[in-house]
Amino acid sequence: MDIHEYQAKEILKDFGIAIPAGGLAYSPEQAVYRAKEIGGEKWVVKAQIHSGARGKAGGIKVCSSDHEIWETADDLLGKRLVTHQTGPRGKVVHRLYIEAATSIEREIYLAFVLDRQSERVMVVASGEGGMEIEEIAVKRPQSILRQSVEPAVGMQDFQCREIAFGLGLPAAMVSQAVTTIQGCYRAFRDLDATMAEINPLVVTKDGRLLALDAKMAFDDSALFRHASISELRDKSQEDPREMAAGDRGLSYVGLDGNIGCIINGAGLAMATMDMIKHAGGEPANFLDIGGGASPERTAKAFNLVLSDDKVQAILVNIFAGINRCDWVAEGVVQAVKKTELKIPLVVRLSGTNVEEGRKILKASGLPIIMAETLADAADKAVAAWKQATGKA
Amino acid sequence: MSILIDAKTPVIVQGFTGQIGTFHAKEMMEYGTNVVGGVTPGKGGGTHLGRPVFNTVKEAVDATGAQASIIFVPAPFAADSIMEAADAGIRYCVAITDGIPAQDMIRVKRYMRRYRAENRMRLTGPNCAGTISPGQAMMGIMPGHIYMKGIVGIVGRSGTLGYEAASQMKALGIGVTTSVGIGGDPINGSSFKDILELFQDDPETKAIMMIGEIGGPQEAEAAHFVKENMQKPVVGYIAGLTAPKGRRMGHAGAIISAFGESAAEKVEILQECGVTVAPSPADLGSTMARVLKKVG
Repeated sequence: MDIHEYQAKEILKDFGIAIPAGGLAYSPEQAVYRAKEIGGEKWVVKAQIHSGARGKAGGIKVCSSDHEIWETADDLLGKRLVTHQTGPRGKVVHRLYIEAATSIEREIYLAFVLDRQSERVMVVASGEGGMEIEEIAVKRPQSILRQSVEPAVGMQDFQCREIAFGLGLPAAMVSQAVTTIQGCYRAFRDLDATMAEINPLVVTKDGRLLALDAKMAFDDSALFRHASISELRDKSQEDPREMAAGDRGLSYVGLDGNIGCIINGAGLAMATMDMIKHAGGEPANFLDIGGGASPERTAKAFNLVLSDDKVQAILVNIFAGINRCDWVAEGVVQAVKKTELKIPLVVRLSGTNVEEGRKILKASGLPIIMAETLADAADKAVAAWKQATGKA
Repeated sequence: MSILIDAKTPVIVQGFTGQIGTFHAKEMMEYGTNVVGGVTPGKGGGTHLGRPVFNTVKEAVDATGAQASIIFVPAPFAADSIMEAADAGIRYCVAITDGIPAQDMIRVKRYMRRYRAENRMRLTGPNCAGTISPGQAMMGIMPGHIYMKGIVGIVGRSGTLGYEAASQMKALGIGVTTSVGIGGDPINGSSFKDILELFQDDPETKAIMMIGEIGGPQEAEAAHFVKENMQKPVVGYIAGLTAPKGRRMGHAGAIISAFGESAAEKVEILQECGVTVAPSPADLGSTMARVLKKVG
C-alpha cells in the first residue's frame, strides 16, 4: 500500500527525522492560511498524488506571495497529473501540502528496501540526491552505498556512521545523520514497510539535515497488525477496478488490450496473457480468481472484466485442482446468463472432472467456444476477437 | 527415487483441525501420504481423521517420529509455526499459507540459520502448492491425479502453471520424480537453485523443468548454477512477458522492480546459461519431449 508524501513525513517525524514546517490544504484558501501559519517568505506548494517525479509534471511550485499560492493551489486542485509512474491516465490531485522553502546546500538520496538477494532489509544511499535511484544507478553507480541489516540485532550505529562518512558529511553532522538513518530504519521495521525513501535528504545552508521529500510503501500482508497505517489509504489514488477486485478477494491489473482474461492462479494467468500475445492478440487484464474458483467468484470476475469497455472477447482458463471443472462450468453458465454476455467467450477447462464440466457447458446451449489446450484457447480467443471486431 | 519426500516420510499437519487443514490432510492421506498426526494448540490429546492431535510440534515429533510438516496455519501466525517446526527437529517443511508478512519471513530465515547445516530444516514455500512425489506421497494442495511417475523433476513458483506443465508432459507420456513449488512470495524458504541441487544429486531425475516468473533474482541465480554445476538438461519458462513494469501480478513477489527482473531479461539469461526455454507456455511438454529425445 502506498501513502502520500505528507503522511510519510508525519510518520518519519515521529521517528525523529527532521522535516520542514508544513501543513495540508484542500482549498486555495486553506493553502494561503497554511503558508501564514508556517511563516517566512517562500513556500513550496506540492500536489499530493501517489507518484514520484511530480516536479517534472508541474505538481510542485515555489511561491513567494499569498496571491501566487492561491493561484497555484487553484490550478493544481482537481487537476490530473501524468508522470512516468502514473501511466497515461494520471492521478487526480485532491490534497496539497504547503511547506516552508529550504535553502539547500546539497542533496542526498536515502532509502530502505527489502533486498530479495540478501533477503534482508537494506539501506541504500548516494550523495547524488534529487535524481531517481534508477538514474543514479546509470549515471553515478559508484556513488551508491549499501548496508544490509542483520535481522537479529537490527541496524547498528556504526553502519550509519559508515554511510554518513561515505557520503562525505562533515563530522559535526554525523550524529544527525545517524539519528536520521536509524529513525528511518525503525519506521521501516516497526510498521512493516516495503520501501521508505527520502529523496532528497538535504543539508541546509545552516547545517541541518532535512527530509525534503519522502515516500513510503507498506506490506499489504502485514496491514492486519497496523490499523494506523490502513487508515492512511487514499482510495482516490487507486484504479477503481483494481480496488473493487481487491475488495472481492480477486487480484486484477488493468492493461491496454481487448481480450479479457479470467484465470485461476497468478502464474497461469501470466502465462495465458503471454499466450494471447503469442497468438497475435493483446490481453485486457491480469485476473487471478484464486485456487477455489467458486460460482460466486466466477460471476464476480465476469462483472469485473466486463466493466472495462475495451474488452471485446473473453478467455476463461481454469485448471481445476481442488475445485472441480463441473463446478467451474456451472459458475460460467450462471455468469453468462446473468450478465447477458454479448461478446465472444472462449472457455478452456482442465483438471479434475473435466468431462463433466464440458458437458455442462455444451448442455447450456450458450454460444460458448470450447478449447482443449492452452494454445487452442489462445488461438480461438484471438480468432473470435478478430471476427467480432471485423479484423479477420 | 524422489527428492524431499517419499512413501515412508512421516508427515504431520500444522493447523490440522481447521477447515483447510482437514480438507487437504484427507486428500493427502487418500493419495497415500504417511500422515502420522497433526498439531493444533489447545486440542492436544484428541484424535482427528483417525490420527493423534498434539499441542506442540515437539510433542508430535516425540510421539510419532515425524520428519516432515505441512503448514496450513493462517498468515498472521504462520511464521511462528514454521519456527516451531524448525526448533522441534522437523527436517522438511512445506508452508502453504499465502500472505505471510515479508519481514516475518526475514526473521524465519534468520532463525533457521541458528542450526548447523546438517540439522537445519529445509523449507519450501510459503504461498506454494506444495511438493509431490507421484505414486508415493503428496504434501500440498495439488490434484494428485494429474501427475504421472517418471524421470523429470519440476520446480516452479506457481501452482496452476505447474499443473499445466505436469499435464502437458503426462499427455506426452512424460512423468515426474518430484514436483516442488517454491511459492510466489518475495522471500521464500528455498530458491530455484536449492531445488536444482537436489535434483542434480537424484539418480532417477534425468531432466528438470523450471518454471519461473517476473520479479526477483532467483531465476538468474539458478541459470548461473545450471551453467556451472548441472550435468542434467534443464527446460525453462518465465511467465509474465506481457506484464508491465512496477505492477504486482497476483503473487507478492511477481513485480518487476529492478534491472534483470523482467521475463525477457530472464529468458535471455537462461538461454545464455544453456537452459532450453520453451517458446510459449503451451510448449512446456513438447520442449521437454524434444530435450529428452536428445539425451536418449
